[in-house]
Amino acid sequence: MNELMRRMLFLPEQGSAYAQQVDRLHYFVITMTMVGFAGVAATVLWFVIRYRRRAEGEPTPTVEPRPIHEVLFVGGPLALFLLWFAIGYPLFVRLQTPPRDAMDVYVMGKKWMWKFAYPGGPNDMDDLHVPAGRPVRLLITSRDVIHSFYLPAFRLKQDALPGRYTETWFQADKPGRYEIFCAEYCGLGHSAMLGTLVVMEPEKFDAWMTEARRSPVVAAAQDTPDAAASPIATLAQQGRTLAVEYGCVKCHSVDGTRHIGPSWLDLYLRKEPLEGGGTVVADEGYLTESMMDPRAKVVKGFDPVMPTFQGRIPGPEVAAIVEFIKTLRTDAVHPAPTPGRAYEPVPGFDPTRSR
Amino acid sequence: MSPSPASIPPAPADAGAPLYLERNYLNARRGPWSWLTTLDHKRIGVMYLVLTSAALFLGGLFAMLLRIELLTPGPTIMSALSYNRTFTLHGVVMIFLFMIPAIPGIFGNFFLPLMIGARDVAFPRLNLLSVYLYLAGAAIALYGMVHGGADTGWTFYTPYSTTTVTMVWPILLGAFVLGMGSIVTGLNFIVTIHTLRAPGIGFMRMPLFVWALYATSIIQVLATPVLGITLLLVAVENVFGFGIFDPARGGDPVLFQHMFWFYSHPAVYIMILPAMGAITEVLSAFARKNTFGYKAVAFSSLGIAFVGFFTWGHHLFTSGQSTVDAGIFGVLSMFVGIFTAIKIFNWTATLYRGSIAVRTPFIYVIAFLFFLLFGGMTGIALATVALDVHWQDTYFVVAHFHFIMVGGTIAGFLAALTYWWPKMFGKRYSERWGIVGATLIFLGFNFTFIPQFLLGNEGMPRRYYSYPERFWPLNVASTAGASVLALGFLVVLASLLLSLKYGKPAGPNPWGSRGYEWKTLSPPPEGNFLTQPTYPRMPHDYDDLNPGRGGH
Repeated sequence: MNELMRRMLFLPEQGSAYAQQVDRLHYFVITMTMVGFAGVAATVLWFVIRYRRRAEGEPTPTVEPRPIHEVLFVGGPLALFLLWFAIGYPLFVRLQTPPRDAMDVYVMGKKWMWKFAYPGGPNDMDDLHVPAGRPVRLLITSRDVIHSFYLPAFRLKQDALPGRYTETWFQADKPGRYEIFCAEYCGLGHSAMLGTLVVMEPEKFDAWMTEARRSPVVAAAQDTPDAAASPIATLAQQGRTLAVEYGCVKCHSVDGTRHIGPSWLDLYLRKEPLEGGGTVVADEGYLTESMMDPRAKVVKGFDPVMPTFQGRIPGPEVAAIVEFIKTLRTDAVHPAPTPGRAYEPVPGFDPTRSR
Repeated sequence: MSPSPASIPPAPADAGAPLYLERNYLNARRGPWSWLTTLDHKRIGVMYLVLTSAALFLGGLFAMLLRIELLTPGPTIMSALSYNRTFTLHGVVMIFLFMIPAIPGIFGNFFLPLMIGARDVAFPRLNLLSVYLYLAGAAIALYGMVHGGADTGWTFYTPYSTTTVTMVWPILLGAFVLGMGSIVTGLNFIVTIHTLRAPGIGFMRMPLFVWALYATSIIQVLATPVLGITLLLVAVENVFGFGIFDPARGGDPVLFQHMFWFYSHPAVYIMILPAMGAITEVLSAFARKNTFGYKAVAFSSLGIAFVGFFTWGHHLFTSGQSTVDAGIFGVLSMFVGIFTAIKIFNWTATLYRGSIAVRTPFIYVIAFLFFLLFGGMTGIALATVALDVHWQDTYFVVAHFHFIMVGGTIAGFLAALTYWWPKMFGKRYSERWGIVGATLIFLGFNFTFIPQFLLGNEGMPRRYYSYPERFWPLNVASTAGASVLALGFLVVLASLLLSLKYGKPAGPNPWGSRGYEWKTLSPPPEGNFLTQPTYPRMPHDYDDLNPGRGGH
């Protein structure tokens, strides 16, 4: 049944359990649409034949609806639409919440290619290698205009925005090769911005990964022209170098000591209270936002003194720094939020003015 | 008021009226100058008809070029840059020069005063200004097409539109000026409807086309300024380099999408609501039947206008918008669908116990119902969010909005045009060729866009210059359908133009319609009525056996 409907609707093959569930909703929706359409069409056809004009100028009776008619006209479709939504929205929520144990891959769109970077190295262009049967989280950004990462076989799409990370995830069922498209118009090479998702047996993937980390050929494809970054360094190692270079560590300690900004130790996924109320989970999105727009969400107890790195750090380097922050973990339980800054502000001195 | 030969009372009636009013609004004054400076709403409507029809054929020409290019997976007749420019022009011309101004500009101007028994709109000079704003906007956009031709798509998404090397600002400025014309028209209609209704036409006795125009005008006045602001901001960023939307300069690219769709989603209702109003009139006339659920149909127009403002986020489900926002916008989008469903059911029920004549305009009504039902249901499917993730930015979305805009709006436009043509020009077109044209358009349209739904299912993104070979067969089918569609439009154009010269005189009311606008002669005299008609009954009250029941 699934196979028949899928072929009738020209849907691509289903690469994941999620794709199958989306398709099931699709079949339900299209069937209900056809039934509704057939009902209306049959009624119209019946009326047109039954009440065809037999003489010019025939009088017709005035027919007015009773309230029950309009209630049915509203209630019937509303119930149906909300049912569709009740099935569709939880699926979307699932797509928006990657499992904790997912493997991360950084995706960067640029005119007109896809780059993929694994936290443990290596980088790769156009081909995204993932293992079958393991959840994979994609952290997506763009270096120039908006692109959209589209995997038709997984019923999955997420825009790639410059200066921001968006995320999505999938878990491939079985090994195979699947098309990657760019779905957001991005200029001359839009339709040539193709990639391939290569799903491998987990053992083969691990072997591939080990091999790729040693191979300078793949590593040469990486985007950082920085000579200091060794071609075989992992993202986190590059991040450590970059954090020094950009001066991040002048204000952020990496060992938990209090300083001008929040310490990076155990920062990842910590729930931080904010200046002006509310809390935020320090995930990839927040860490990136803090680099690009540091004053948007300031952690309670700190001053808005960080300058923006918008346009100063390219996408892959942001990824490297975030990866570095993610490695700074202890086993300690941290129920308390970050203690405040390490200095007392001088009265009348506004640190933001001096910049 | 005693009945006079000019006011056409119901039933046998028009015995004394001439078949063709020799001295009418078309020839009361002569010479090009009399047209360029006219304040007559009917002549302004006719000018809109000529201008927007020219835009329709220009946009259609671009569409055919696109379909020919997509006939093969690789390059066919043009380069990637030309292709990108062509689809931008197709979108800009169709939306800003045809869809938005056409039905209000032509039929709103021509028939709104006739339907409410007024001699003109409230501000005839503003009305003339709107034509000139249209011309100016079109000229600026045309200049932009010839010099540099933007390649951004009609959505002008940033930061692409602010960093592209092609010249974007003339088209933005053109759209801005066109928006001014749209606001002026909307304002004029609102004031006209409030102040110039003839005695006997209360708000709850207005023809339903007038209700639709009223709802449309409210959207035009409230939403179009946001488009103006957005386009100006893009132009400022593009020309002066301010960082508003470009992240490299500290801007926010998604902000543009929010502002753009805050206008452009309601704009979809600017395009479809007048068509819905026209369909309501045509349906009643050819079913010889009062509209089932007058109040429901009238208020659902206002409901669409209101809820339409709160659904823009459904264009951003994959833009990194928060999950909660996506859910809220999804549910709100379904409410717009409910209002449309009310209309579809009430139209269907209108046919019950009617006296249905299948003439050319009625074929467009059937086509409209089909397109709206399919376009609407696929819209609801998109609003389930999970399905949208697969369909967003693919040909499925292209097919969906073409079903609403081309299917819905153009079927409504053609139904209105073929229904009111005898009133506007006093001539009958060939019924046979009218039916041939309508059938060709209906079939051609389906052959063009049903394959595109399937292409979207298959995963073909929109705005693709080249494509993998597995998309080939459906693209060929779509192009073949587009050729039939184009042929249909040519047949309609030819049959209407020929009728001006060879058509039989129509008489004041060839369809036997009880719409208020038929209470005058064909073509109408310059002052609309020789004597003021009276309005003792609801519009489209055909219940002669029981005439008292028509009043609410």
